[in-house]
Amino acid sequence: MAGCECAEGLGRATIEWLVGNVVMDSFFSRYKNSLVLIAIVLAQTIMLAVQVPKSIEGHGPADADGRHITLLRYWAVALVTPVERAVHGTSFDVRHVWSNYIGLRGAHEQNQALQLEIARLRQEQAAFAEDAAQGRRLQALLAFKQQYITSTVAAQVIGTSGSDASRVLYLDKGSADGLRPEQAVMTPDGVVGKLRDVFPHTAQLLLLNDPTSGAGVVLETTRLRGILRGEANGRMEINNLTADSRIKVGERVITSGGDQVFPRGLPVGVIVSIAPDPQHQPYMAIAIEPAANLARLEEVLVITGTDTNLPVAAQQDAAIADAASAENKRAADLIAEKLPSAADAAAVKTGDAETTIGGVPGVPNSGLPKVQPAVRPDKYSPGATPSAAELKPGAGPQ
Amino acid sequence: MVMAEHSYTSRREIDQYAFHTAVTLLVPLACVLLQAVLPKTFPGLAILDLPLIVVIFFAVARRNPIAGTVTGTLIGLFQDGLTNHPFGVNGIAKGIIGFAAASIGFAVDVENVINRVALNFGFSLIQSGLLYLITRWLLGDPTVRLLPLHELLRAGCNAAVSVPLFFLLDRFKSRE
Repeated sequence: MAGCECAEGLGRATIEWLVGNVVMDSFFSRYKNSLVLIAIVLAQTIMLAVQVPKSIEGHGPADADGRHITLLRYWAVALVTPVERAVHGTSFDVRHVWSNYIGLRGAHEQNQALQLEIARLRQEQAAFAEDAAQGRRLQALLAFKQQYITSTVAAQVIGTSGSDASRVLYLDKGSADGLRPEQAVMTPDGVVGKLRDVFPHTAQLLLLNDPTSGAGVVLETTRLRGILRGEANGRMEINNLTADSRIKVGERVITSGGDQVFPRGLPVGVIVSIAPDPQHQPYMAIAIEPAANLARLEEVLVITGTDTNLPVAAQQDAAIADAASAENKRAADLIAEKLPSAADAAAVKTGDAETTIGGVPGVPNSGLPKVQPAVRPDKYSPGATPSAAELKPGAGPQ
Repeated sequence: MVMAEHSYTSRREIDQYAFHTAVTLLVPLACVLLQAVLPKTFPGLAILDLPLIVVIFFAVARRNPIAGTVTGTLIGLFQDGLTNHPFGVNGIAKGIIGFAAASIGFAVDVENVINRVALNFGFSLIQSGLLYLITRWLLGDPTVRLLPLHELLRAGCNAAVSVPLFFLLDRFKSRE
């Protein structure tokens, strides 16, 4: 009897188990598609959650800012960049043939113009040499640490991220060429961004106008310091400065050097608009037009080394310019000694300049407008008012 | 019989298509490559999303939600690999688009050009919304902003490009 009850219970359990299985099977088969979708989305959400804290904490062997180059990213880049390099190489060869053999019309005239430009720049360099030498002496006196660019690596842009939400470019140089993450990248026009992930023969350039990018900047004339950030629409803004009447549209913006990425004094762009930032009151949204054309970059320079001392080549240039400046000064002294009339004429000319440009006597080119003589002088005319020393308290009008 | 002829989902419409393995692998790869190379010469083309069009095409042609989800996820993850975003941003968005496109493929005549344009326009907008939600709320990035006009323009461009691209990819279809 007991055995019979046991068998009956076992049978019931088996039936329940079978019914349960059937129900589960029908559930899974019915919602199979949705369950797969949920599982995949959930897996990726967990993957996001795993990646994001890592990028903040930065544990383990990683980039300069603590980011890990994941194997997945390495594979994706390794798959795409050879093709990008091949496409770029082919188009470069075509352009090379065109520019070197077909499009040489006018090269002679251009060469002559460039020779004249070089001569003019040499004269300017000699003129600036003395100011630069004085600046260096003052910096040395104040123990000011200036960062000079000592080495750069030229690289070509071979591809993009393919998304306007991610302003990343791919360069044809990598860690094998001495590139490291967080190195500043510039063109002759100005800074363009910094290196992000660096692979053996490729590197990611994060442009300044990417929303995750930024730079410490200073306004050239007012010397106000700010933080430049990229926006979702591809523009660049400084939005940590409060309203200030000294900030004007058209003012140049240069790097401040405070971010430890970009050396100080490199051109960044020009202020194009100033408006209250509705999202960050009481700060202003100062829009910057980049100095370099970020949408059409072909070749860039990666700054691979900086030093507090002037580079050797620059020191030699400075010495040559100093010598040229001293020679010019000696020649001027010699002319003044041999031909006093010429020196007098120059002095008169200088005096004329002071009066014609305007300004305070004795202060060359002070910038003040020249006071024109009155057509009908009266007591209000310049020079008609007696000096304060001659005035007596209580004395009436004379 | 009459009902069958006038049914919204006729036999022709619910035909499922298959693709050669090489096509399945090379077409998305070519689209991601084009997407990465073209904006270098023509910066304005960064507004396009060729991989999205490919995801929609494969999903509506196969009419299999699981295949659509997997295809969308893999293409999205590949795209993420080239950006500075964490892996999964495009993966999640394109996975959901693949699922939805395959599900809609049962109900809509996807051979019709107008339907194709509407599908691409709509899914492009949905993807923009999904990307905004993922980056703004899942990743907690407060700098992300939704630019409605820009996204409408992107959807329009994707819809316009999808017509010739769908016709081109139709050549690789084979009936299951």
